[in-house]
Amino acid sequence: MHREDFLMLNKDIIYFDNAATSLKPKCVVDKICEYYNEYSANAHRGDYDISYKVDLEYENTRDLVKDFINAKNKQEIVFTSGATESLNLVVNGFFGPLIEPDDEILITKSEHASNVLPWFRLAKKTKAKIKYINLDSAYEVTLENVQKAITPKTKIIALAQVTNVIGDIRPIKQICKLAHDHNIFVVVDGAQSVAHMPVDVQNMDCDFFTFSAHKCLGPTGVGVLYGKLELLEQLEPTNLGGGMNESFEDEEQVMLKSLPLRLEAGTPNIEGVIGFGEAIKYLEKIGMDNIASYEKSLKEFLIDKLSKISFIDIINIKAKSGIVTFNVDNIFSQDVAYYLNKYNVCVRAGSHCAKMLKNETGIKNTCRISLYFYNTKEEIDKLVELLEDKEKIIKEMF
Amino acid sequence: MDQELKREIIMENYLHPYNKEKVSDDKYINVNSNNESCIDNIDLQVLIDDDKIVDIRFMGEACAISTASTSIMIKELIGKTTEEALKMIENFENMVEEEEYDKELLAEALVFDDIFKQKSRKTCATLPYVGIKKALNEYRNEKNGNC
Repeated sequence: MHREDFLMLNKDIIYFDNAATSLKPKCVVDKICEYYNEYSANAHRGDYDISYKVDLEYENTRDLVKDFINAKNKQEIVFTSGATESLNLVVNGFFGPLIEPDDEILITKSEHASNVLPWFRLAKKTKAKIKYINLDSAYEVTLENVQKAITPKTKIIALAQVTNVIGDIRPIKQICKLAHDHNIFVVVDGAQSVAHMPVDVQNMDCDFFTFSAHKCLGPTGVGVLYGKLELLEQLEPTNLGGGMNESFEDEEQVMLKSLPLRLEAGTPNIEGVIGFGEAIKYLEKIGMDNIASYEKSLKEFLIDKLSKISFIDIINIKAKSGIVTFNVDNIFSQDVAYYLNKYNVCVRAGSHCAKMLKNETGIKNTCRISLYFYNTKEEIDKLVELLEDKEKIIKEMF
Repeated sequence: MDQELKREIIMENYLHPYNKEKVSDDKYINVNSNNESCIDNIDLQVLIDDDKIVDIRFMGEACAISTASTSIMIKELIGKTTEEALKMIENFENMVEEEEYDKELLAEALVFDDIFKQKSRKTCATLPYVGIKKALNEYRNEKNGNC
């Protein structure tokens, strides 16, 4: 769908690495250029027309994000440099002062490094404990296993809504209900979900939700932290500086701005935020439901074809997202990716930043295909044709 | 060397790598070599006695080029003195970096003489050499420490 909007697709490539980053439609790139060419000024200075225009555009993106994920209030939307920074901000700014020794933080072994390493450090510093929710035989999270992992000491559950290797869609709404019944906070990493399906943070009732713009058609270097207002109010800024303070006299008299600016110190990534607004408008025009159902049909088409190849092992055959992770028998994943690259097919090989997952699957490295709405069945046919011929893979893998 | 022969040698060393097994012997020096830019990751075990490389073993997960390069390197280096080994390593690195080198010193490792054409695979070919240099350094430091 809508391939004509993506100049990158004129380059004769088949792009199947959308879980790493998405391509950008021309309107997003144009919007960024428009900012630099027509109203290039700083934000939140409003003393002259073009600066006022920057404010309008920048804050317009905040409104768009609010509606995109159905937050209650635009103050609940904080711009960051990406999902990684958003997660670090929640971990350090909110949970840092709150967590106590022996509190338990529940994650899984299939989380991305960004939803693991900040918790590891917090736990180490505060003597809290990292605990893992068991994955089922398909490496997915079930409500039952979350229930089993909860103890009276559990304080936080931090999970991706969709994981980047297994691609399972977690039952976040039910997990939030269960967690809140036990006074547990829920942090949701939405990096792999928000571009591919409708997300409603109020309906889900998560406490924090984080994602990156670049995986949903937006520019790199922009992310979002959503938090329930009453919780964000308690989040201590980890960055201090310009744009986030109201006044200061000495170390005793520092007044910070209200949300969300309090959490956006320094000149923000203005071009990125404004470009991201355009990406959201574009996504909404297509409709997230349409994107989800189109991706689902592509995924089923791919799985159907790939599963017929006897020497290909699909690791996440049950997963519902557009992520397919596989290995070719006895061929190192990187050699497969290298071979496909010879035919301009972009797939990712490796551990995909989920380095604990190997303890569960027993497989360290895999090839990953991640689909988006601009992919086609014809592209999948081409991929399958290349993968069907093992002799050819071996012959051309270096 | 013609392309077909190169291919054959690389495939042979990839499918049947030489000394791809670990030993438990604390006389061996253990080093790890991994590419930060990709996912190759090998452990080398090196036994040096009186300045002579007696044995090298390896384990790990790596691509065809890294695995073949490791296998070939091991075959070339066993039996050499540490000084001869360092010379061979330097020549190999020069070859990969398109600088002058002595073909005589590289033997089978010449199969990688045009790897520079595939920029992304240069680090695959040099991976074991990064590891063996670490081991040789460790040996030298230990030796100097003991003196």
